[in-house]
Amino acid sequence: MKELEYPFDSEYILKKSKSLRRQLLADSSSRMHKRIAVLGGSTTHDFIRILELFLLNYGIEPEFYESEYAQYYQDAMFDPKELVSFSPDLIYIHTGYRNIEHLPSPGMPSSDVDAMLDAEFERFRSMWEHLASRYMCPVIQNNFEYPYYRVMGNYEAVDPSGRVRYVNRLNELFAGYAAGHEAFYIHDINYLSAAYGLDKWIDPAFWNMYKYMCSMQAIPEFAFSLSHIIKAVWGRNKKALALDLDNTLWGGIVGDDGPENLEIGQETAVAETYAEFQTYLKEQKSIGVLLNVDSKNDEANAMAGLEHPDGVLRPDDFIEIRANWEPKDRNLVDIASAINILPDSFVFVDDNPAERMIVEDQVPGVAVPDIGQPEEYIRRIDRNGYFEVIGLSEDDKQRNTMYKANAERAHLQAAYTDYHEYLLGLKMTAHIAPFEPLYYNRISQLTNKSNQFNLTTLRCTVADIERYAGDDRYITLYGQLSDKFGDNGIVSLVMGEIDPEAQVLHIRLWLMSCRVLKRDMECAMLDAVVDAARARGLKMLYGYYLPTAKNGMVREFYGTMGFELIEEKGNGTVWSLDVSGDREVRNTVITVE
Amino acid sequence: MTREEIFEELNEVFRDVFDDESIVVTDETTADDIEDWDSLEHINLLAAVEQQFGVKFNMGQIVTLKNVGEMVDLIESMV
Repeated sequence: MKELEYPFDSEYILKKSKSLRRQLLADSSSRMHKRIAVLGGSTTHDFIRILELFLLNYGIEPEFYESEYAQYYQDAMFDPKELVSFSPDLIYIHTGYRNIEHLPSPGMPSSDVDAMLDAEFERFRSMWEHLASRYMCPVIQNNFEYPYYRVMGNYEAVDPSGRVRYVNRLNELFAGYAAGHEAFYIHDINYLSAAYGLDKWIDPAFWNMYKYMCSMQAIPEFAFSLSHIIKAVWGRNKKALALDLDNTLWGGIVGDDGPENLEIGQETAVAETYAEFQTYLKEQKSIGVLLNVDSKNDEANAMAGLEHPDGVLRPDDFIEIRANWEPKDRNLVDIASAINILPDSFVFVDDNPAERMIVEDQVPGVAVPDIGQPEEYIRRIDRNGYFEVIGLSEDDKQRNTMYKANAERAHLQAAYTDYHEYLLGLKMTAHIAPFEPLYYNRISQLTNKSNQFNLTTLRCTVADIERYAGDDRYITLYGQLSDKFGDNGIVSLVMGEIDPEAQVLHIRLWLMSCRVLKRDMECAMLDAVVDAARARGLKMLYGYYLPTAKNGMVREFYGTMGFELIEEKGNGTVWSLDVSGDREVRNTVITVE
Repeated sequence: MTREEIFEELNEVFRDVFDDESIVVTDETTADDIEDWDSLEHINLLAAVEQQFGVKFNMGQIVTLKNVGEMVDLIESMV
């Protein structure tokens, strides 16, 4: 919904929230239902009201637990039965500067300030630890905005007793904790309030009358920013950019003006603006966003533009380059299928409103920001939080290289006439093992991002993964696949629940990343599942297929793997495989370590 | 701006905020007359009224308002 994308009209959202909510709920596409506990240090009513809108817009239908006024600490520490029975999927601690209990006063000796800082951090840390062990779910914590007055002026940022410096130190402690803990995330209201303008953010009258931690008008920005973390936790991030070229990546039209006359580089203010935008896009690569070109151009002209010596992006930085005269929506769908991700995982970036409109109308779910003028491009994309990072895995950093290698594999495949020969030619090796702590983050991420090759679409937080891995009633396996073109990272997961009485394994989760489709990795995984099940004395595997709008490709998966169909439940199916006798291994092309 | 014009615009704000096209406010309307008008919605309502008329109420004014008529008086004195 355009009303809920940056740049939005905060006043409109606040005033029309009820009608916006009604419209969002009327959308019949499927939504995930989630329970979110909001533990507030101040009034949370309007924050929840607006947060709900943004979450609905991301396809998440929340149910809220709202602590009594300012009872965040009590709720976090003393397990009120309403919260326990609510059984949250996520806990958000809504605190800010006004909730700091230990605040230094000007001129206080630095040893006293250190002790205060310790005490304050300890108070929060004990809450986080308690919540993590009690509820095993992700926790989001605000850091702190700056105080609205400074008794010592600029010296507040210097003296240990200065509250600006104190807030900086406390925020640094929070960040350190978050960096060292899975499933714990910082909502950076320190940055948000600065970007919004601290004097507009802090409204003393509003605090004194209603105990709102920021002004009413800032609430939509606040809720929008918070919703980015929440949707990232539940796998609703975008994955790729489809970029126009002329007047998007450079100034001018390469086909008309010639590459030598494009505005890109350091020669003029306009050229610098485009160069900075290219730098911004190149930085997206390092967090795993896939860059692609979707442009109406002759290919030769497009390449000449991308090879401009003063450009920052090179042809090599892109996975797919579609420069032709096809409609852009068709090119986008084509790119999506070439790299095996869904069209709705794209953000389409084009300066031309007419092109944006076509793509928006033709490709449901794709994000199409109004990027404004060149000097606004970065902010218009950045503030929308499409690619919100909640943890950076090695896999994220390597993703572009891996997809690039995939394109090379496609070329190799063309050289082979026999597919089996091709697979052997890839010289694949797999490492298949139970879930390991080092990979919990990546494993959870995969369960939240994989939509197509995913039998049950079971979404798991890091805490869930930890629980399955640590409980011997479950069999867990991850598979990592390498070949002669490089390492694909962890690409497949299986988790099954053991029923010792019946000697069966119920397969609750089976997914595979689409970047390794048709490589027989699923056969290697099945062999490993069978071995693990037999080692536990089990005789039968039960596989479940739960259909969604996106996982039609695995409807017959268990059948092709040799399972028998035993039941059709609603739209879903149940399959069984007898593993008590001898069987032949299915994988013949991957060396498993 | 006449009282009637203020009433007309104010009525629209009430309809937007409470998402109810049947609302008609009068001088005597109070929070008791509109189902969803509780203390929390009151905050949202005032913010929307301020925005509509381009005014900013101070704390003293807000805490003394008793009914819609007084709200209109206040707006009339400020626009």
